[in-house]
Amino acid sequence: MKKAQLFFLITIVLSALNSQGKTIRVGSAESVSQIKQAIAMAQSGDTILVRAGIYREGNIILQKAIVLMGEGYPVLDGENEYETLTVHTKNAVIKGLKFINTGTGSIEDKAAIKILDSENLHILNNQFENTFFGIYLANSSHIWIENNELTSEAEAEHQIGNGIHLWKCHHITINENKIKGHRDGIYFEFVTNSLITNNYSEGNMRYGLHFMFSHNDEYRDNTFINNGAGVAVMYTKGVKMINNHFIHNWGSSSYGLLLKDISDSFVTGNEFVENSVGIHLEGGSRIQFRENEFTKNGYAFKLQASCDDNVIERNNFQQNTFDLVTNGSLVLNKIESNYWDRYEGYDLNRDQVGDVPYRPISMYGMIVERMPTAVLLWRSFLVFLLDRAEKAIPVITPENLKDNLPSMKAYDFNK
Amino acid sequence: MTRVIRYIFNDILRTRFILFYTGFLLLSTFALFQLDSDFGKIVLSLLNIVLMVVPLVSVVFTTIHFFSSYEFIELMLAQPINRKVIFLSEYLAVASSLCMAYLIGVGIPFIMFSAGQNVISLLVIGVFLTLVFVSLAFLSSVLTRDKSKAIGIALLFWFYFSLIYDGFVLWIIYTFSDYPLEKVTLTLIAFNPVDLARIIMLLQLDISALMGYTGAFYKNFFGSNMGVLFSSSILFLWAIIPIYIALRIFHKKDL
Amino acid sequence: MILINELCKKFGKLTVLDQVNLNLSAGKSYALVGPNGSGKTTLIKSVLGTVRPSSGLIQFNGKDIANEWKYREQIGYMPQIGRYPENMRIGELIDMMKNIRKEVKTVDEELIDDFKLYKIYDKRMHTLSGGTRQKVSASLAFLFHAPVLILDEPTAGLDPVSVEILKEKILHERRVGKLIIITSHILSDLDELSTEMVYIFEGKVQYNNSIEALKEETHETRLNKAVTTLIKQKELLNSITEHL
Repeated sequence: MKKAQLFFLITIVLSALNSQGKTIRVGSAESVSQIKQAIAMAQSGDTILVRAGIYREGNIILQKAIVLMGEGYPVLDGENEYETLTVHTKNAVIKGLKFINTGTGSIEDKAAIKILDSENLHILNNQFENTFFGIYLANSSHIWIENNELTSEAEAEHQIGNGIHLWKCHHITINENKIKGHRDGIYFEFVTNSLITNNYSEGNMRYGLHFMFSHNDEYRDNTFINNGAGVAVMYTKGVKMINNHFIHNWGSSSYGLLLKDISDSFVTGNEFVENSVGIHLEGGSRIQFRENEFTKNGYAFKLQASCDDNVIERNNFQQNTFDLVTNGSLVLNKIESNYWDRYEGYDLNRDQVGDVPYRPISMYGMIVERMPTAVLLWRSFLVFLLDRAEKAIPVITPENLKDNLPSMKAYDFNK
Repeated sequence: MTRVIRYIFNDILRTRFILFYTGFLLLSTFALFQLDSDFGKIVLSLLNIVLMVVPLVSVVFTTIHFFSSYEFIELMLAQPINRKVIFLSEYLAVASSLCMAYLIGVGIPFIMFSAGQNVISLLVIGVFLTLVFVSLAFLSSVLTRDKSKAIGIALLFWFYFSLIYDGFVLWIIYTFSDYPLEKVTLTLIAFNPVDLARIIMLLQLDISALMGYTGAFYKNFFGSNMGVLFSSSILFLWAIIPIYIALRIFHKKDL
Repeated sequence: MILINELCKKFGKLTVLDQVNLNLSAGKSYALVGPNGSGKTTLIKSVLGTVRPSSGLIQFNGKDIANEWKYREQIGYMPQIGRYPENMRIGELIDMMKNIRKEVKTVDEELIDDFKLYKIYDKRMHTLSGGTRQKVSASLAFLFHAPVLILDEPTAGLDPVSVEILKEKILHERRVGKLIIITSHILSDLDELSTEMVYIFEGKVQYNNSIEALKEETHETRLNKAVTTLIKQKELLNSITEHL
């Protein structure tokens, strides 16, 4: 609702600006050959149209309410030394440009586009190659970052910055971007009331998505695949994570979704496939986990004892090595009506709900968590017997941890 | 020698036991296909059968066969053939008939439902386990003159490798959990053909179980060409060494 | 033809054969007699090589048989109990045996014909009666014209007609100059079939001479009487030596 309103408003504002302003063309064949020169000439409401070509102008600074637009993806080359574009303005559009080879460095966070203390910007359809930071926002609000493509090929974490990096922002929309090979794909710190949708974050060194202290944000339909350590979110409340895909985040300390100190949030309709750990929840309170698919994970759900009042309901657990492990004996969470493919109970009254409770915790899962080497005995007869015995008479797994209404059939969430 | 093997082989193929065994495998494989549509899951369930049933059937059938052929072996020994030839003929005939029963019982349903690469490994693993446990059963058969004692020893081999040994490994892991145990466990695994077979299959089917640093270590090891060579040659040794010892004993044995 | 020199066999602490010395020559037929557990079967198995002697020497045509197998081409053996792979056909069994001794070009199928086994070539072993199996065993033993025949209880379980056929065959083979070793509890059979008598008791050869000589010594005309007298004499002798 809010987004639609804002978008409407901005469209009106922009079209109004456009109709008023003039267009300055930049290119080797034009009278203006430098972008810097064009910006200097421009006034509020003007459009700068950059023709295809390579522009090596060091650090370009934009402080005017204009439209900076590329045609045929003109290249802004930072020559491995400069930050290519620094923005500090209200009401501007940056569109159709290609940024390459920004400078790197650990002291200064050099970015392809750095946006400081700005408002009402649209960053659309740009391409980023071999940039240290891709899009860097600080202290800004009402920014739209859409349809950008960011690709880097760093070999180690310290050689590279984040793809889309936000610090102290609010009301941001990040939609349909592709981020590959950065440190963190999307990084949020102190970012509130923002919307992250339809992004594709693959093969980043550290996290596909990483946020801290970022309340009341919503993440929808994003895909996080093959990232070094998956997705990590910490110290936040009021998060909505809906219909995202967490796929193949595989490694010794890798998580599909790592949740630490999160409260009053929703994790719904997501898909966790082939992760070392599907969800790792630590210090979580009042989170609703509903209608998620957990498939082929090492551990589908690691629920630490420090969590309370969470609800795990109507999820599908299929082909995971271990469905659920925990490290304590206290059960303060509600686990109900899930589908567990290991469930062997019966349903006499045919209401699709199993008549005997299911204990999702595997004793062997707990053993492996403590002694990872023991995984070598997985699927041996010994382990089979141990698990059977433990299911019959729980000794080391918490007795109350059970799903009282296990579903007989996997849910079909596509309906 | 080939005709001796052929006739013994043909004889065994007609025994009710082998027919039951083939039927049992066929039935369970078909049943699994009916119960589940996921290919990987079917192979995993079959893996359990293969790891338990194949060794068990191999040891029981081999010892029973050996003792019911005792008089025949004696008669053969009165013929102008080398003892080694008779013994190896028996081994090859028993092993190949059990392998054939296995390949038919598990292979045919998979061919009908069109098989993947995993199935080929499952078939190879099953054949290896058959060879190993037939070999062990021949060893227990020549260790004693008493049929029930021999079956006892053979079952002990089976029980030891499918359960007791793993308990021992788990105990070591538990006791020394503060130390890096990857290489130690790797060595321990090599001393149990059932574990070895299981790990080879896990690497192909249930990769999600091999998580964390330890999992990565095993994956790197067994996934490499060296690892494949290592594990298959160890399994091969497991088939060769017991039958070699058995042959040595049989050569000097009074019948 | 077969020379047994100081042969000893022990199973653990039990001495089954104790310094056995025998010289078995072609053209003669030996009756191997002794009570149950006296070591007859062990002696036969030692000659066949299925039992390995603890000490002593067995020579076949002047050659030590230890670890040898080629000499068994010269032996036709009929076991006491003929048990064969259950699902093998008679024809297959005979074919397999022929295949083992490929070098024998002309086989002696007289017994197969006389027992009419060719009619039941297709039958599987487990369907056969004990007597039929004995016939198969006998036929196999005579099949390869072997110069030495070792027959362990050959007539046990056979019907009277077949017994006569088998006896005729044995006598015929004796006449053509073969070495024949027979163990049997039916002493009247041995009377007809054998010329020599080897009596074994507690692993030792107690008597080894021709049957004629035995009869003379014991003043008996029938072998069974002669053997009983022999045993009584031995027992008497033993009890005296024990008392001394």
